[in-house]
Amino acid sequence: MVRSHNEDSIALEPEIGLAVLADGMGGYNAGEVASGIATALIANETKEAISRLDPHTVDRATGRMLATRLMAEIISRANASIYQSANSQPQYAGMGTTLVAALFCDNRVTVSHIGDSRCYRLRDQQLEQITRDHSLLQEQIDSGLLTREAARRSQNKNLVTRALGIEPEVEPEIHTYEAQEGDIYLLCSDGLNDMVEDADIELTLTSLSANLPLAAEQLVQMANDAGGRDNISVILIKIRKAFPAEEGWVSRVLSWFK
Amino acid sequence: MAKRTLSLDGQVIREYEINKERMTIGRKPHNDIQIDNLAVSGEHATIMTILNDSFLEDLGSTNGTLVNGQPIKKHFLQNSDVIEIGKYKLKYLNDQPAKAGQTEFEKTMVLRSAPSGGAPKPKGPGDTQTTTTNIQAQATHTRPGIPSGDRPATLPPKTVPSVPAAAPAGAAPAAAAPSPAAPSAPAAAGATPGGAGVIQILSGPNAGRELPLSKPLTTVGKPGVQVAVIAKRPQGYFITHVEGASFPVVNGKALDAQARQLEDHDVIELAGVKMEFYLKS
Repeated sequence: MVRSHNEDSIALEPEIGLAVLADGMGGYNAGEVASGIATALIANETKEAISRLDPHTVDRATGRMLATRLMAEIISRANASIYQSANSQPQYAGMGTTLVAALFCDNRVTVSHIGDSRCYRLRDQQLEQITRDHSLLQEQIDSGLLTREAARRSQNKNLVTRALGIEPEVEPEIHTYEAQEGDIYLLCSDGLNDMVEDADIELTLTSLSANLPLAAEQLVQMANDAGGRDNISVILIKIRKAFPAEEGWVSRVLSWFK
Repeated sequence: MAKRTLSLDGQVIREYEINKERMTIGRKPHNDIQIDNLAVSGEHATIMTILNDSFLEDLGSTNGTLVNGQPIKKHFLQNSDVIEIGKYKLKYLNDQPAKAGQTEFEKTMVLRSAPSGGAPKPKGPGDTQTTTTNIQAQATHTRPGIPSGDRPATLPPKTVPSVPAAAPAGAAPAAAAPSPAAPSAPAAAGATPGGAGVIQILSGPNAGRELPLSKPLTTVGKPGVQVAVIAKRPQGYFITHVEGASFPVVNGKALDAQARQLEDHDVIELAGVKMEFYLKS
C-alpha cells in the first residue's frame, strides 16, 4: 500500500551545517502542511540567525552554547506558527508534527527533537540512538512496564507525547555532542525504525559507509521489504573531516525520499 | 469490541470483554472475572490495559499464574496467549490489527494528558477516529487426572457484565493506529525463495572458499579499490556497486549504478577476482 501523500518533510542547508526532518500528522494534507512549515521555517530562520551570530560561542545568558538557545527559540517560533495555522484554518485543525534537527558547528553537533523522529550516530562501527523518543512506548520502557524487545510487539506504536504545533508552547529536547571524523549521523522518521531493527541499520551503515546515497536507498528498501506502510524519510550525514569554527563546516549531506 | 471467553473442557463457557483499564480475576464475587474454585485466590490476578496493549499481573496468588505454561509475575499479553489460573485456561485474543482500517495504520498521533485526571487522551488530529481495543480471551478448563463425572463446580453463572457499550469515562480511550504485527511482515531474512544464496570464490588466493549470504547485506571486494554489496531481499538476491572506479561485471557485462538481481550460477568479477553465485537448496 502506498500512502497517497507524503507527510514527511526534510530540509538540508549544507552551508550552515543544518539538517531538519519532520513527520507530520493530521487529516487530509494537514500533516504535510505542518511538517512543511516546520522544516522551511527552521531552515530559513537558522540560516538568517547564523548570518549574524556565531552559534558556537557561549551564550552569556545561559552559559551554554549559543546554538542551543538559537534552536530553542527557532523551534518555539515554528511551534507558534503551526499552532496559529491550525487554529485559524479549520482544515488544519489539530495538525502537528514531530521534529529532529541537527546543527553542526565547531566540531560539535546540536541535536534537537520533539516526538518520535530519531537521530542515530554510527561511530567506530557502533550504532547508537542519541535521541530518546517522546512517546507512550518510551515512557512505558522507562517505567519498567515494557522491555525494548516487548515494545516492538506493542500495538501502541505511533503515539507521541510531545509534538510541534499542538499546544501554544512546546519544550524541545536539545543536546550538544562532540562530533568526530568518520561519524555518520542518521536522522529518520518512525517509518524506518518501526520496520528495520537497529542491528540491520548498523549493518547497512557499516557496510555502505563508502556510498551514503546507496545506504539511504538500502534503508528505505529494507523498511519497504519488511512491509513498511508509513512514509520513510532518511537523512545521512558523514563527518569527512574536522570542522573547527573558523574553517566552516565540511560534511556531506544526502537524503532519500520514498 | 473487546471480548474474552471462558470455556470448560475446550468449550467456550464465557466470553469476557476487556472493557476497562483494570480488570481483576479471582475467586471472590467482586472480581470482574470470577472463578469460583478453591485453587484460585480471592484476588488472583489483574489485567491492566493501556490503549491497545494489555498486561497480566499475578497479585501474589497462592498457586500462581501461568502464561503458555510458564509462571509469570507480570506479562505483556500477546494475541493467543493462554493464561492458566488453577485448573482454568483463559485464552487472550486480540485481533485488533486485522480489523482496523488499513488506511489508519501507522499514523502518528499525539497523546495529551486528560485535563482532569483519568487516562491520557490520545489526540487524533484531524480525525477523531476511536478504535476500541479488540481483545478476546478464552478459558478452557483442564482437568488433569479428574474423572469425568467429578467436575469441580465450575464458574458461577453470573460474572462479568459483558456489556459491550461505552467503557466507563476515563477508561481506555483507545485511539490511534496499531501497527501491523512485526512478525507477520515478510522478514528480509529467511524468506528468500529458491534456497540460500552462496558466493564461491573461483580465482585468486582464496579460490574455493565459500561465503554464505546469510545476512541482509554482504559486501564483497576490496575496500578502497572496488566494493559491491549483495542484498538479500524477499524476492531474491541483488548486487549493487558501492565504491571504486570500475563497476562489477556479471556474466561478462559491467553493471551500471542500478541493482541487478542475481540468478543461480551467475559469475561475478570484482577487484580482479572471479566468483560464482549459486543457490543452495
